[in-house]
Amino acid sequence: MSSVAKYTLPALPYAYDALEPHISKEIMTLHHSKHHQTYITNLNNFLQTQSTASLAGDLIKQLSLQQAINFHAGGHINHTLFWENLAPASSSSTSPDCAPKLVAAINTRWGDLSTFQQKFNTALLSLKGSGWGWLVQDLESGALEVITSRDQDVVPATKKPLLGVDFWEHAYYLQYLNDKAAYAVGIWKVVNWKIVEKRFTGSTDIVFGSLVGLKAGL
Amino acid sequence: MSATLLRTSTAARSVLRSGAPKRAASAAATTFVRGKATLPDLPYDYGALEPSISGKIMELHHKNHHQTYVNSFNAASEQLAEAGAKGDVAASVALQPLINFHGGGHINHSLFWENLAPSKNGGGGEPSGALKSAIETNYGSFDAFKGKFNTALAGIQGSGWAWLVKDNETGQIGIRTYANQDPVVGKFTPLLGVDAWEHAYYLQYQNRKAEYFGAIWDVINWKTVESRLK
Ligand SMILES: [Fe+2]
Ligand SMILES: [Fe+2]
Ligand SMILES: [Fe+2]
Repeated sequence: MSSVAKYTLPALPYAYDALEPHISKEIMTLHHSKHHQTYITNLNNFLQTQSTASLAGDLIKQLSLQQAINFHAGGHINHTLFWENLAPASSSSTSPDCAPKLVAAINTRWGDLSTFQQKFNTALLSLKGSGWGWLVQDLESGALEVITSRDQDVVPATKKPLLGVDFWEHAYYLQYLNDKAAYAVGIWKVVNWKIVEKRFTGSTDIVFGSLVGLKAGL
Repeated sequence: MSATLLRTSTAARSVLRSGAPKRAASAAATTFVRGKATLPDLPYDYGALEPSISGKIMELHHKNHHQTYVNSFNAASEQLAEAGAKGDVAASVALQPLINFHGGGHINHSLFWENLAPSKNGGGGEPSGALKSAIETNYGSFDAFKGKFNTALAGIQGSGWAWLVKDNETGQIGIRTYANQDPVVGKFTPLLGVDAWEHAYYLQYQNRKAEYFGAIWDVINWKTVESRLK
């Protein structure tokens, strides 16, 4: 009877073991079916509670829920973008040749692809706690940038996310333990350059797909 | 045992204190050489906290994670000493987040190891004395306190710690959460800390962190926690 939007876990575009040996089946299974699902379950619950508070005219309660909603909505959005910008290493999409326009822009900005990747990994390793690394495009200047976001913060509204890498410990710990640098190297073998190119050449709405409304509310 | 442990943590804190605020004096350089942080020995075996915390978690957590905080804190401290010796205030200020993060990681983990104990060696049970009274005054009962503490742990969004602290101005105890490796300093004295980073439980509990928060109470060293209240 509620009119509150219910979010559901998106299916992975590949099997749980498809990113091996770079990301193990066990990690992918837990990360998708448990962690991502929990963000969605909590998001739906908090939205329901907020809706009830809204109907009751309880503004204080509504405001007090906003931070939890931001966190779980961010978790849903960030993980959705992450799954989409990965692909099995054997797939043709993991060749940077699939992203000619973006690679040209990366070369202009950083000199070459491997310098960019080093820059990105340095940003990942500089995170002090849980967070994400992002390749983004500034919407005003058009410039490419490497940025990080804390916990489940989404990329700022002034920037379009092109590539996201989850650097929470749950994203790698079962396989890489404390060797997060090795995970940061391995992830590049399973980047879906075809999707990243599509985000680069398309509109921001294309990046967020069905979550564009949720993102706009954060 | 606890006297040794307290010395360790006091030493850890004095290293941070001697490092962070002093920038100008050339004496800072020698202070750092003398005061290099080192990984404290665990006061029990890696497997001694099983089944609450697995031996593999304890080994990685102590030998790798904690060691990395120690190493990175020492490296940042050396850079800070060099910047101080040159009078480079901007460089000193820029180093503060690293000092806070790695120094905080060293302090927090040192306090954490000390406030745990194997259940066959005094871990678990309930606090006594002044701490017991303070908990009952503030929370009604020990069980109610544990419930509040676990709610605080579960509410951490990202990496961080939950602490039972003493407010140095009012003398009251309270539960506070801290993000990442932010240390309990200033207005509050740390009494009991629980590491809620995923590395603290993931190999054993995976996403079921509530189970870890439930099991940690079997290995709390209340004698140490009580001694910190004094
Ligand atoms: Fe998590
Ligand atoms: Fe994640
Ligand atoms: Fe830790």
